[in-house]
Amino acid sequence: MDYFAQQLINGLVLGSIYGLIAIGYTMVYGIVGMINFAHGDVFMIGGFIALITFLILISLGLTAIPLILLVVLLVSMAITALYGWTIERIAYRPLRHSFRLAPMLSAIGMSFVLTNYSQVAQGARVKPIPPVITGGYTLHESADGFVIQLSNIQIIVVITTIVLLAIFTWLVSRTRLGRDMRACEQDQTMAALLGVDVDRTISMTFVIGAALAAVAGLMYLLYYGLVDFFMGFVAGIKAFTAAVLGGIGSLPGAMLGGLAIGLIETFWSAYFSVEYKDVAAFSILIVVLIFMPTGLLGRPEVEKV
Amino acid sequence: MKAPSTHPAKPATSIPALLKTAFVNALIALVLFSLMIGIRTEAGSSGQLTYWTRFGDLASIVAAVFGGSIVIELLRQWIGPTGAENLVPPAVKSGVSFIGRYLAPALLIFTLLVPVIFYNQRYILDLAILVLTYVMLGWGLNVVVGLAGLLDLGYVAFYAVGAYSYGLLATNFGWSFWICLPLAGILAAFWGVLLGFPVLRLRGDYLAIVTLAFGEIIRLVIINWQDLTGGPNGVSGIPRPSFFGIPLDNSDDGLAAKLGIEYSPTHRIIFLFYLILALALLTNWATIRLRRLPIGRAWEALREDEVACRALGINTTTTKLTAFATGAMFGGFAGAFFATRQGFISPESFTFQESALVLAIVVLGGMGSQLGVALSALAMIGGFELFRSLETYRMLVFGMAMVLIMIWRPRGLIGHRAPTVYLTKAQAISSDLVKEGHG
Repeated sequence: MDYFAQQLINGLVLGSIYGLIAIGYTMVYGIVGMINFAHGDVFMIGGFIALITFLILISLGLTAIPLILLVVLLVSMAITALYGWTIERIAYRPLRHSFRLAPMLSAIGMSFVLTNYSQVAQGARVKPIPPVITGGYTLHESADGFVIQLSNIQIIVVITTIVLLAIFTWLVSRTRLGRDMRACEQDQTMAALLGVDVDRTISMTFVIGAALAAVAGLMYLLYYGLVDFFMGFVAGIKAFTAAVLGGIGSLPGAMLGGLAIGLIETFWSAYFSVEYKDVAAFSILIVVLIFMPTGLLGRPEVEKV
Repeated sequence: MKAPSTHPAKPATSIPALLKTAFVNALIALVLFSLMIGIRTEAGSSGQLTYWTRFGDLASIVAAVFGGSIVIELLRQWIGPTGAENLVPPAVKSGVSFIGRYLAPALLIFTLLVPVIFYNQRYILDLAILVLTYVMLGWGLNVVVGLAGLLDLGYVAFYAVGAYSYGLLATNFGWSFWICLPLAGILAAFWGVLLGFPVLRLRGDYLAIVTLAFGEIIRLVIINWQDLTGGPNGVSGIPRPSFFGIPLDNSDDGLAAKLGIEYSPTHRIIFLFYLILALALLTNWATIRLRRLPIGRAWEALREDEVACRALGINTTTTKLTAFATGAMFGGFAGAFFATRQGFISPESFTFQESALVLAIVVLGGMGSQLGVALSALAMIGGFELFRSLETYRMLVFGMAMVLIMIWRPRGLIGHRAPTVYLTKAQAISSDLVKEGHG
């Protein structure tokens, strides 16, 4: 039981990170109707920018960890958001009325560009950082000596996710931008006729998605203590799986799916085999798409001619 | 990566506006690249991260973006009013079509003569074999992506199935290459059907992700199923192919001894060369023939409009399935060839990068165009092999090229995506017949 509880905590933390990335997939899919294949790599770029900012701040002699983290968070969100904006502007906007496979192929090309750009720019080796946030709490100690640990970093990941999700939900449901986004999701032409700047709204969607991916990148960096240029690939597929599982296009669904994938992966590693944990996640993707294409909270898709 | 230029409000932009656009783009580039290019991090010997600055590189990239956006903006104004179609003078156009007509036969003849011309240059022969392997993979994937319009991101899985089928059958049971080659194709096609049957009902981009996941699953299973596949160590000692049972070695039964000529290791290379050439041409031939059959026409129709296909009574699932299985089969053949050429296979040869490479070749060559795929494989594999030092930039260039081609020439550089059959006479349809709710 203690082992189970510990894995539950680990799974929830991992799931929060996947959920943050999955929101980017699901938002873009909802509005533009394409899978932003490069989104996993945007997450990776976010991790790298966080790492570099962190390194610079440390070498400048800053010691206050909360201040450092806040600056790192803001810088990486800002720059990664600009990446998201630029990618949409260069690779996706010109293709909005092109043939069916064009945006997807362009996104795949963009994903290669980002992966190899960071490999060329920052080298192929894994970049570790020393643990920044240490310590934690012992929740429970059983008779046979098994300890349930809740580390500070885990608390920070979960709290950050909850706070961001609250801000984000408010943004989508209460602000002008959110209303525009929902309008574009339903009917772009009609929204444009009613005075919604569709281009700007789509750009903002990419910006928000990239900023959330940057937060996920920072959390990943703090939690695992390393980044490398290839981490966006697997994390991207898993986050996409999460988005599909939750019902693509649905924002609460993305978070729910993220938690589900995180839990499934953790429990699979804990009780079955670590080697096959990715196989488990990918199999879920296939199974969900076959038997439940609308996901947990999604709407059935109507094909318009 | 170029920062974008905002759309000019008026087509004729003045110089200050031009400079302003370029300046904004340079500024965006400065922010984008400031940390990623300006700072270089590396883990030191003790595991501690160190960094150093590269502001020179950063400055040159920002300057390049500044200059580049001026040039692009000027080009856009120059081309803009006339349109890209009218840019090429008719004389050049007819010249290009003349070359186009004779390029394929000329290339084929040249390819047939490669072992004769470069008999003693082992490096060039090896490179030619590599290029032909990718040509074959490209043509195989072209059936799936180019003809049927199904985006397959896990093509390498079938390549792996083919390679491991031959590798394991040959090392465990001692079966010969010529028995295993069809088996490898059949097994790969079988896996294609197995995967395709449930997932081909999905929409285009879902299918892409599912095939990607499938490719990764196959690779992970190969790595972890150590008893069967040897895990990361791979399968070694895979027998070399024989000339229909006659070994190509130095022994008394060898082909050289039987023909009474002096043995040379080049014989085997040349045999491999013609083997892969034959396999690739088989792929090409089958594709060209299939395009003219009802099934090939159905593939092309499916690529153009799936809903219309269903309305016409084409069973989209089985049509997709045949395309998927055909592509997988050719991938399997190529895999068996790869195994016999290398003599050693390991999961490292079957990563997503490989799928991506083949997909890039198909997309750059023009989806559906056989000649285009062959030329782009030659340029991409051969070209980069000649400039080994640029190896790290290969996928970067591929990715950029994919994006740019999607923007400028979505049909590929030499693309011909036109359906094989079409109505020669345009049918005029009155607009009141196609009005919403009536059409």
